[in-house]
Amino acid sequence: MTCTAEGVVSALRAAVAVVIAHRDELVRLDREIGDGDHGENMRRGFTALLSRLDSEPPATPGSALKLVATTLISTVGGAAGPLYGTAFLRAASAVGDATALDGPAVAKALRGALDGVVARGKAEVGDKTMVDALTPAVAAAEAAGDDMVAVLVAAADAADAGAESTVPLVARKGRASYLGERSADHLDPGARSTALLLRAFADAAQSDERAQR
Amino acid sequence: MRPVDEPKVGLVVVSHSEMLASGIAELAAQMAPHVAVLPVGGTPDGGLGTDYESVCGALVGADSGAGVVVLYDLGSAKMTAEMAVESADDAARYAVVDAPLVEGAVAAAVAAQGGARLRDVAAAAEGASGEAPVRASAAPARRSLHLVTDPVSVEIELNNDVGLHARPAALLARTVAELDADVVVRYGESEASAASVLALMGLGAPGGGSVEVIATGKDAREAVRRIEELAERGFDD
Ligand SMILES: [Mg+2]
Repeated sequence: MTCTAEGVVSALRAAVAVVIAHRDELVRLDREIGDGDHGENMRRGFTALLSRLDSEPPATPGSALKLVATTLISTVGGAAGPLYGTAFLRAASAVGDATALDGPAVAKALRGALDGVVARGKAEVGDKTMVDALTPAVAAAEAAGDDMVAVLVAAADAADAGAESTVPLVARKGRASYLGERSADHLDPGARSTALLLRAFADAAQSDERAQR
Repeated sequence: MRPVDEPKVGLVVVSHSEMLASGIAELAAQMAPHVAVLPVGGTPDGGLGTDYESVCGALVGADSGAGVVVLYDLGSAKMTAEMAVESADDAARYAVVDAPLVEGAVAAAVAAQGGARLRDVAAAAEGASGEAPVRASAAPARRSLHLVTDPVSVEIELNNDVGLHARPAALLARTVAELDADVVVRYGESEASAASVLALMGLGAPGGGSVEVIATGKDAREAVRRIEELAERGFDD
């Protein structure tokens, strides 16, 4: 199975619902080691995305990803804006004008997203950021083969584990880094939201697949 | 000197807080009446954060033809500023600088007011850290260095009204910037490197007072001569 613009849009709608449902959790996580704005910033950005998906339905997977990027950049208001904005922008250029994405194309988009996040935020694995969720997700996606759904599920599983791996870490990037040792024993909110988004995409792809059978 | 009406480098101060951005812009603009210093802070709904569209707007608003130096408070403000610059038609017109926000904004504003170009205004902001005037007695290493390299020194009367305030300090710094000389200005117990406009201003040397100029290096004599000449002209006030 491949993923068309329609599939990307349904995955994005699922992501909006997940972000709204987890708004308070992300606020709480960010309050523990940051400024507490991540949940509300994500909710604001993805709510804006929902209305733009309705008003400007994208024609290709790439234009859908680009719509996410421009919406988040202009509405999020915190670090997640430039970071996710750059991630989706790079994912969009990675898929180009393709009308449907297979597994390797999705893996390529994820690789582009990771490269964008690293270029923008200069974080490495172990810094206690979204990079800790996204890096293993990309590796798993690239090893998962041709099936688009399998690639997304592998990425989501690896991102969950990667996000969990941030708990014992001492933050070296972002607002949490000001806390030094006190940032340990907390789940990083950015890694958590990355894992949530990838899980939402994987779940949406799986349910689309079931519906087509 | 360049003509007064030549466009000056503008400044954009990006902060998570509207109040912080405005306060810093106010402080910096006080020293630089002809420099556009635009604050961008907070989200459109009045919360804390940085707004990409507002930063893009400020970049254009602060550019009177000589480019814009962008200063920021915390990491995500930097990322927002960098995104805005990357998306501009001509990214080379803008420089996002890593500088202490308050000191950097003041130093950049003073440099811009003095007619410095984009690169030099950016350097003034970046160099604003750790350049505060030091008590002469607290810097023995530096003084002994001057001794071994045979310093040239001279006492200079500040016969202008404002002393080593923003513009005269900027002029002095520029006068010796291109020379191969390490120049220190001493006022009372404090001394400042002539490479730092902010440090010179921080001496607080008033009009009518006098300072000691100590230069070392190949062009030491020329540096002292130029500063003497500048002081004799009353810093062109
Ligand atoms: Mg935050």
